[in-house]
Amino acid sequence: MQEMTFVEAVREAQAEALASDDRVFIMGQEIGEYGGVFRATEGLAERFGTHRVRDMPIAEQSMLGAGVGAAVMGMRPIVEVMFMDFIACGMDAIVSHAAKMRYMSGDQMRAPMVIRTQGGSGTHHGSQHSQTLESWFLHVPGLAVVVPSTPSDVIGLFRTSIELDHPVLFVEHRALYRTTGTVPDQVEAIPLGRGVQRRYGDDVTVAAVGKSVRQALIAARQLDAEGVSVEVIDLRTLVPMDVDLVLESLSRTHRLVVAHEAVERGGWAGELISRVVAEGFDELDAPPLRAASLATPVPFARELEAEMICDERLIARRVRECLGMPESWA
Amino acid sequence: MGLREMNRESAFRTSDELGGLTDRRLREVFRLMYTIRRFEVTTERAHLDGDLYGPFHSSMGQEAVSVGACMALRPDDVVTSTHRGHGHAIAKGADLGRICAELWGRSTGYCQGKGGSMHIVSMEHGFVGQSPIIGGSGLLATGAALAFDLTKDSRAAVAFMGDGAVGQGVFHESLNLAAIWRLPVVFIVENNGFAHSFRAEQMQLNPDVAPRAEGYGIPGVVVDGIDVLDVYRVTRTAIERARRGDGPTLIEAKCYRWRGHNLGDAEHLYRPREEVEKARRDDPIERFKQAVSDRMPDGTLAAIESEVDGAIEAAVRFANASPPPDPGVALEGSF
Ligand SMILES: Cc1ncc(C[n+]2csc(CCOP(=O)(O)OP(=O)(O)O)c2C)c(N)n1
Ligand SMILES: [Mg+2]
Repeated sequence: MQEMTFVEAVREAQAEALASDDRVFIMGQEIGEYGGVFRATEGLAERFGTHRVRDMPIAEQSMLGAGVGAAVMGMRPIVEVMFMDFIACGMDAIVSHAAKMRYMSGDQMRAPMVIRTQGGSGTHHGSQHSQTLESWFLHVPGLAVVVPSTPSDVIGLFRTSIELDHPVLFVEHRALYRTTGTVPDQVEAIPLGRGVQRRYGDDVTVAAVGKSVRQALIAARQLDAEGVSVEVIDLRTLVPMDVDLVLESLSRTHRLVVAHEAVERGGWAGELISRVVAEGFDELDAPPLRAASLATPVPFARELEAEMICDERLIARRVRECLGMPESWA
Repeated sequence: MGLREMNRESAFRTSDELGGLTDRRLREVFRLMYTIRRFEVTTERAHLDGDLYGPFHSSMGQEAVSVGACMALRPDDVVTSTHRGHGHAIAKGADLGRICAELWGRSTGYCQGKGGSMHIVSMEHGFVGQSPIIGGSGLLATGAALAFDLTKDSRAAVAFMGDGAVGQGVFHESLNLAAIWRLPVVFIVENNGFAHSFRAEQMQLNPDVAPRAEGYGIPGVVVDGIDVLDVYRVTRTAIERARRGDGPTLIEAKCYRWRGHNLGDAEHLYRPREEVEKARRDDPIERFKQAVSDRMPDGTLAAIESEVDGAIEAAVRFANASPPPDPGVALEGSF
């Protein structure tokens, strides 16, 4: 067992992949000697060489597109996109190439690559450096979408991701990088599509991923004081999505709130809720609710960001709403 | 005129003394350069003191590029910029108080506090915005120029870009598009030696950007980005060309990024302090002072300096005294 920060776990997971598989290499901006703008690759270039930890020009299309080409030829690239917003600059490589190679070629080609990126609000980087865009990728068949919330999960999920014969979008929330957690000496690989119960409760189930899991846990502790028992489910991956775990939880709580920092409209919560309604309608005692950000770009000023971003207060509010509690209880 | 000829230095550089600028305009050049310098010094300090938050990219040392280029523009011409855009906004005439207020995230800022340091916009000054998505400014300006072309508007557009933008596909696309449609746009690549921790020669085998112009059939000119008058002369010619309908020009302004990439950058990992100190000895403001020493008595410039110092203090006071945005504003303007 050891205590580790989230970003150390990201580093460790990549080091493990580089050490155990010659096909693995990393491409990204500022990832070599500089160590990554968030220190996620610190020490890797020294240890594995700059031919395997490769600094890129500012060219997202190239790193994602060349990543696909290398993957098709049998390599296992890790591509770091510095900010999730910049993924839009190389979207075609992911959506129309990586995601489709295996299917379209009748399984002659595969594009196993891990696209690592970080995003989210909280550092006042402004509208073009703060987005949460993982929901986009649920709509593209052929991609796995992984959103870890703890250091230990980073390692367990990364191991599965780098071995998967499909492209994986691996999303890290910037605000999690400095959070810590215990990591067992032997981390087991975590299968994709297997969520985990983070907190037991009987009144309402909150399902989330990434940073929102931590916020859901904070909200749950606060609601505890109000006599509300909240169960928190960490889905860990969005594609595949562990709907069964949520249904199982609902068979006790009968109420669901889905929390994410992504904008509510078109966000993945809608997908989970529609599947829950279709498959578990009889379990529900109240309409499932979403705790998600309002449909605006992320503004710069603190006061404005607080107004639109989903946080623990909003999650708690939605839980109360789901239970029909008046807001004055807060 | 063939491309070779257009590319001859002489085609872009007039030999008029001090760019043919009147005393009033020369004072304006100085005022703007000194304002940018003081603005960067002051806001950086405020950030270190915890009065500001969010990322901060200083344009210190690159004042001559912003000012030289913008002096060649009409007030209604437009400029697009990058993450390192304070200097561009100031040179285009935007109001110091409102820029400060935007950096401070206040309601009186140009974008009501929604934008911050990387997203200043002042449409009334033709400062049509920063794109911190590297390469974005090039296409924004190309599109603006397309609008001018379509509406037979005599305005021109200038795109400021960093040397790092040259690696992006959109750099190529914007130059080619502007070239084939002969759009009234001037691309100014501020080659400040670095794209974050990388030197231009590490990310492009030919470290020079200007020669790429030939591939698009447009002129490419290198200017001394420390010399405001050189930047002015060349931009003026490029703008005249653009307005005539002869199409875009690529200008590469060689300069040096005095500060780290951003506040908190681990600069020591990639460049020695001595290199920075040496580069800083060639100060664009000092160079200008020397160039005008015969025309401008010392007192004239000193008076401008103290006037600017006061203006900056007032701008900071304005920002500090301004209320934060009303939370309700968060939901306005989206769709
Ligand atoms: C599309 C995109 N990729 C990466 C980044 C991260 N980034 C911000 S500034 C920068 C370096 C830019 O260098 P340059 O264009 O030379 O401008 P300078 O910082 O020197 O002004 C990088 C890599 C970004 N903002 N946008
Ligand atoms: Mg640069």
